[in-house]
Formats: sequence, structure tokens, C-alpha cells
Amino acid sequence: MKPRTKFLVGAGMVLATAGYLMASSISATGVYYLTPTELATKLSSDALFHGVGLKLGARVVPGSIRREAGGREYAFVVTDGAKSYPVIYRGIAPDTFTDGVDVVVEGRMGQDGTFHATTLLAKCASRYENAPEKYKDTPGYRGSAKQGA
Amino acid sequence: MIVVGELSLWIALLMAVWAATVSFAGGHGRRDELILSGERASYAATGFTMLASVGLWTALLSRDFSLSYVASQISANMPNVYVFAAFWSGQAGSMLFWALILSVFSAIAVWTNRDRNREMMPWVTGTLAIVLVFFLATIAFKANPFVRLDWLPVDGRGMNPQLQNPGMAIHPPTLYLGYVSTAVPFAFAIAALVTRRLDADWLASVRRWSLVSWFFLTIGITLGMWWAYVELGWGGYWAWDPVENASFLPWLTGTAFLHSIMIQEKRGMLRKWNVTLVVTTFLLSILGTFITRSGIIESVHSFAQSPIGGWFAAFIVASTAVTAYLVATRLKDLEAKAGLESMVSREAAFLYNNLLFVGIAFSVLWGTLFPILSEWVRGNKITVGPPFFNAVNIPLGLLLLLLTGIGPLIAWRKASLSNLRRQFLGPSAAGISVVVLLLVLGMRHTNALIAYGLAAFVGGTIVQEFWKGIGARRSLHGEGFVTALVRLVSRNRRRYGGYIVHAGIVFLFGAFAGMAFKRENDVSLAAGQSFETTDPFGARWRFVSQGVSTSLALNREITAVALEAWRDGSPMGLIKTEKRQYFDSQRQPTFEPSTEVGIKSSMRQDVYVVLAGVRGDDAELRITFNPLVVWVWWGAELMALGGLIVMWPQAERRRQAGYAAELKPAPDEFAGVA
Repeated sequence: MKPRTKFLVGAGMVLATAGYLMASSISATGVYYLTPTELATKLSSDALFHGVGLKLGARVVPGSIRREAGGREYAFVVTDGAKSYPVIYRGIAPDTFTDGVDVVVEGRMGQDGTFHATTLLAKCASRYENAPEKYKDTPGYRGSAKQGA
Repeated sequence: MIVVGELSLWIALLMAVWAATVSFAGGHGRRDELILSGERASYAATGFTMLASVGLWTALLSRDFSLSYVASQISANMPNVYVFAAFWSGQAGSMLFWALILSVFSAIAVWTNRDRNREMMPWVTGTLAIVLVFFLATIAFKANPFVRLDWLPVDGRGMNPQLQNPGMAIHPPTLYLGYVSTAVPFAFAIAALVTRRLDADWLASVRRWSLVSWFFLTIGITLGMWWAYVELGWGGYWAWDPVENASFLPWLTGTAFLHSIMIQEKRGMLRKWNVTLVVTTFLLSILGTFITRSGIIESVHSFAQSPIGGWFAAFIVASTAVTAYLVATRLKDLEAKAGLESMVSREAAFLYNNLLFVGIAFSVLWGTLFPILSEWVRGNKITVGPPFFNAVNIPLGLLLLLLTGIGPLIAWRKASLSNLRRQFLGPSAAGISVVVLLLVLGMRHTNALIAYGLAAFVGGTIVQEFWKGIGARRSLHGEGFVTALVRLVSRNRRRYGGYIVHAGIVFLFGAFAGMAFKRENDVSLAAGQSFETTDPFGARWRFVSQGVSTSLALNREITAVALEAWRDGSPMGLIKTEKRQYFDSQRQPTFEPSTEVGIKSSMRQDVYVVLAGVRGDDAELRITFNPLVVWVWWGAELMALGGLIVMWPQAERRRQAGYAAELKPAPDEFAGVA
């Protein structure tokens, strides 16, 4: 065999292994990333969808966060405006987790209609920006009409 | 000054358009007056981009909250350092920062080549101007930092507390220097393709810029890791987050290029491949900027929400198409001048090195973009996490580590059995002994054992090279050990600088493997209560809570917990962790409370304490033992040092002599002396 052919065979083996590892780990560890509405559609069309690991991206309903006394358990409700789901999470909540933030919870939809989360990410910090418009009507934040030079 | 800044932005855009137009026209028609005009316009664009930047800095430092960008990035009571850094903390400002660096790099590239590469230069100037046009136009039309609010807030919204950290103030500029400097090699690649001057001389111009970009990317990525580790508080430094991956991708292809360029220099092989790598590195930098700045991957459905998304996509597609066309029409000029002679040769080792770097880059890219791809193809967004990246990259990374030891020592063309035995017998013995030693000590983690074995092997090759080189100088020139070491490195910077980079890599792999033994404890402690546990090295630790305290600082309220720590009965001092609530000048809270991690570092491990919250008298804490973390920072410092040695300018005469000597294939007998 010519060295070039040998190299190509070796390269093919390396790439095939890498491809196999990629494909197998996607099917083993890839998870759906859904909005509550999409989750509702999946649940109504497929009863077995309860218990499938997935990520749910939605907004925390203001006032819904309850922290269980004597534990690290959080209960709250998430919504995308159309559909809402209660979530239970055990663990350390990130700094940015609070009323009204966008969160991504990873876990499973239980038969009881509650989402059991194992990880909780709050996305407020992902772009590290705070829009001034949000505070436009907060008393004390509106200054004079003067325009800076 | 702010008005001047905004105006300058538009003038800079016009200048860049002019520079691109006349440079291409001048290059095409070989008209010197147009080429000269293009170069002058490129300098002018640099000047006006600088003025625009001064305008934005003025707005920030004068706290002009009528600008939306200023109001959304800072508050009046923030220290000036972070107000200055707010230039690059938001989308619009960081885009302007990109343009600023790019314009300065363009000017440097044009200036340093005013008497060199004259046939290529109009195309280089024009290509750089086109990239600048793209950024300035995106800023002016889609992400303009000078946009004013129709109302005037008395104070801004403040900076995210996680960004108020010295590391975060310098991490983005460093990373951007790395990203942006890939544009210059890209411009030279396009110019070389257009003018069909695809010999070694364009590579010489490109190599230095690629080293600069590699150097800044390395430092930028490490600063990002350090920031994530000390500031985010989840207990690690790398999470395969899209933003992290975005900075890793151009580093991978750039590193591949720095290796494959040697094959082209010495053997005339891989010519198409090198052009492709240069262009890919640049496109990945653009993609990285886009991923970082648009937040496209994290959100469930955000493609349409990003105002700059379409522009970036169009730019990436157009650049790819132009390059593909140029390469396709110039295949004949890119023919290799030599073929592979043996599988057991340095060429083959380098080919596999490149294959692995690009393979890792592809898998990281695939995993990063998979949510978007799956949504396009199947309609469902599917995400992959660290398990995916680890499953693919641990094996590929370990193979690459093996090649780090083999590549530099194996002979060119075809290695003889005696070459193999002489170079690799000692290092292999070192690798095997380390594995046996660790097995005896009780380590049973397969990947970690392989990693430490390979690390010892590579470390052995590096030590052996230095040893042989120093020994040869001492016997030939009668020099002392230190003199011999200094001269050895300074007279063969590429080679020994490269070894120092590899030594850094060995440190990094050792540290990564150490994280397999991390231990995490969640505890709840009131004042005076204690917690006992065992660390990964088998030592007993005891932590006693000193209770919760609160205090006020300039712009924040602090809740702190201090733990007194003992290891095997001897006192290790206090570890303090905090929760901080930042507020603006009106005492209104800005952002959510942020965590200050308490870290006690040593060579063995970091004790990493996070205050999760306070409930009544109890402080809820997570105490983690992170083995070998400091080796990550030391490894990265070694890599940066090695990079500096490689790219440090040498006196012209000596450089040419050294270059000629390197181009001549060294007889095998002197491979260790060179």
C-alpha cells in the first residue's frame, strides 16, 4: 500500500470513530428543547412523552416562587403566555433566578402534570444587558426633558 | 464630542467603502494612484473609527444617560474602570470595539507592507476594508451605540455585577484582539489567491499574524475560564457553553494552521489545506463574535429576534462563496510539490495532528449549532450538553496529546528504527512508570490514567530535548547550564518556544484529568456548627462556620459567611464567601444578588465555597474540592510564554540566517542539537 493510501485509511478510521461517537452521544444525551406550548402538543399526541428528559424554556410567573422551608426545594410556575406548567426543583438556584426571568429547566414531565427539574438555568445574564425601557415608568427614573450634548 | 463620534462613524464607513472600491480597481487595473488612494482611505477609516470610539467613551465617562447604550450599561455610582470597560460590555459597543481593532490592524498591515508584497497589497487592503465596511455598516444601521432615548433617565441601569470583575474587564478585549487579527491572514490568503502568488512568501507574512492571533486567543480563552470559575460559582471553568465554544473554534483551526504551515515550508505539501485553514479560522472568528453577541443558541426561538443575525449570516455565506470560487479556479497553482513518503514520519504525524484539530473543531461546531440544525431539519430544537462534547473530545484530545510527544521528535520523510528508539525509549518508560505508580496508589479512572501516562510521555520528550540541547551546547561551547539554556532557547525560538507551549499543554491535560476526582458537598451551617469531610487526596477537612454578617459598600450590600478550615488538624485559615446586592445612586437594586466564591488554592486542589443562601441562622453552602485547578492557569501562562518566545521579533540578519537553516533538512544525527 502506498503511504498516501495508508494515511487515508487511518484518517478514515479516525473520522469514522469520531462520527460514531458523535452520532451515538447525540442519540444518548440529546434532549428536546421546548416551549410550554410545544410540550403540550407533544404530551397530547404522545402519552409516553411523560418521563422523557427534556429542556423547557419559559418565563417564571411573578409571585409563583415558593421556597420550601427546611430544604433546597423550589416550586414555581413557568409560562410562555399560552401554556403554564408547575415546576419543582431541588438544588442551588442561580443568582439570576427570580420573578419574571426567562429560565431553562431540564428534567422530566411527571404523570402528575408537574415538571420535575434537575437543573435550573436563569437566562437573564446571557446577554448581560438591562434595557432602560423596562424602568421607564418607575417613579424617580424619569429625569428632566433636557437632552445631553 | 458625542455628536462628532456619531458623525465619524458614518465618515469611517464611507472611507472604508472608498478604500475597498479603489483598492480592488487599482489592483485589477494595476493603477498605482488608485492603490495609493485606497491605502490612504484605509488610514482615514482608522482615524475616524478611533474618533467614533472616543465619542462613545466620552458619552460613557460623562454618564450621558440620554444615550440608550449608556443608560443600559452603567449607573452613575460605578467606578470609572468599569465605566470604561462598558464600551465592550454590550452588543453595540462591542461591535464598535471590533471595528476599532480591525481598523488599527488594517493600518498596521498596510503600513508594514508599504514596501513589500506590492502586487498583493491592493487586494489585502481591499479585503480588510470590505470586512470593516461590514462591521461599520452593521453598527450604523443595526446596532448603533449612539441611538438616543426619547426620555432622560436620572440614572442608568448599571452593569451586571458578574461583569464587575478585573478578569471580565480585560477578557473581551484580549479575545477580540485574537478574533480580529485572524482577518489579516484571511486578507493575505484572498490576495494570494487572486494574484496567484501562492508560494512561501505569503505564508511568511501570514505566519506572524496567525501567531499574534493564537497568542491573544489563548490568553482570552483562559481569562474567560478564570472568570467563569471565580465569578459564576458553579464550580468549574469549562461548561461547553456556546459562548465558550465560539472562542475555542478559531483557536483549534488556528493551531492546526500553525502546525501545517511547517509542512508547507519544509516540504511544499498541504497548500490547498493551508489556504482553507486560514479562511476557516477567520470565518469561525466571525461566527464566534456573532454567537457571543446575539445569544442565538441559548434561546428557544431567537433567530428572528436578533437584529444582526441576517447580516452576519449573509457575510459568512458570501465570504465562503468567494473563497470557494477562488480556490476552485486556482487548483493548479495549489498542487502539492511533494507527497507523503512514509506513515512513520513527521509529515504523517502532522497530518494526523491537523486531522484531529479539525475533527475536534468540527464536532464542537456541530454540537454548538445542533439546536439550530435540528430545528431546521426536524422542526424540534434538540440540545446536546457536556456529555456529547466529552464523549467525542476526550478520545480525540488524548490522541492529540500523544502526537504532541511524537510529532516534534520523529524524523522527516521516513523514520528509521534507530531514530525511534533513540527519541522515544526514555519518554515511553516515563509514561509507563507513571501509569504503574498511579495504579499502585489506587487510581482506577481509565481516562485519567491514560491522560497522566501520555502527559508523562510528552513531558519526557520535552525534558529530553532540552537536556540534549543544553548538553550539546555545554560540550561544544563550554557554557554553564543557565547560559546554555538561555542561548539554546533564544537561538532556536520557534523550536524551543514550541516545546514550552507543549509543556503548557501537558499541564492543562493533567489539570483536566484531575477534575474527574472532584468532590461536592452541600451543607447547612449555623454559627459555630462544623462539617467534616475527606478530600480526593484522602485528607480530613473540618470547616467551622463563623456565622453570617452583613455590610454596606459603595454600590452594594454584602452578606458574608466565613468558614474556618482545618486539614488533618492543622489550621488552613479563613474562607469567606459573599452574596452581593448591587444598587444604583437612587438605592434601587440593579440586577439580582450575585455570588462571590470563596477559594483556597494550593498546588493540589482548590477548596471552593459558594454561599447559596441564608435561611434564618443557617447559611446554605456548597463546599467543593477541585483538584489541580491552579495547573490550568500555570499551563496557560506557559503557553503564552512559549507563544511570546516564538513570535518575538529577531534581528533581521539573524532571522534570515535562522530561517535558511530551518529550511534545510537537518541531518538526523544532529536532530537533537540543531
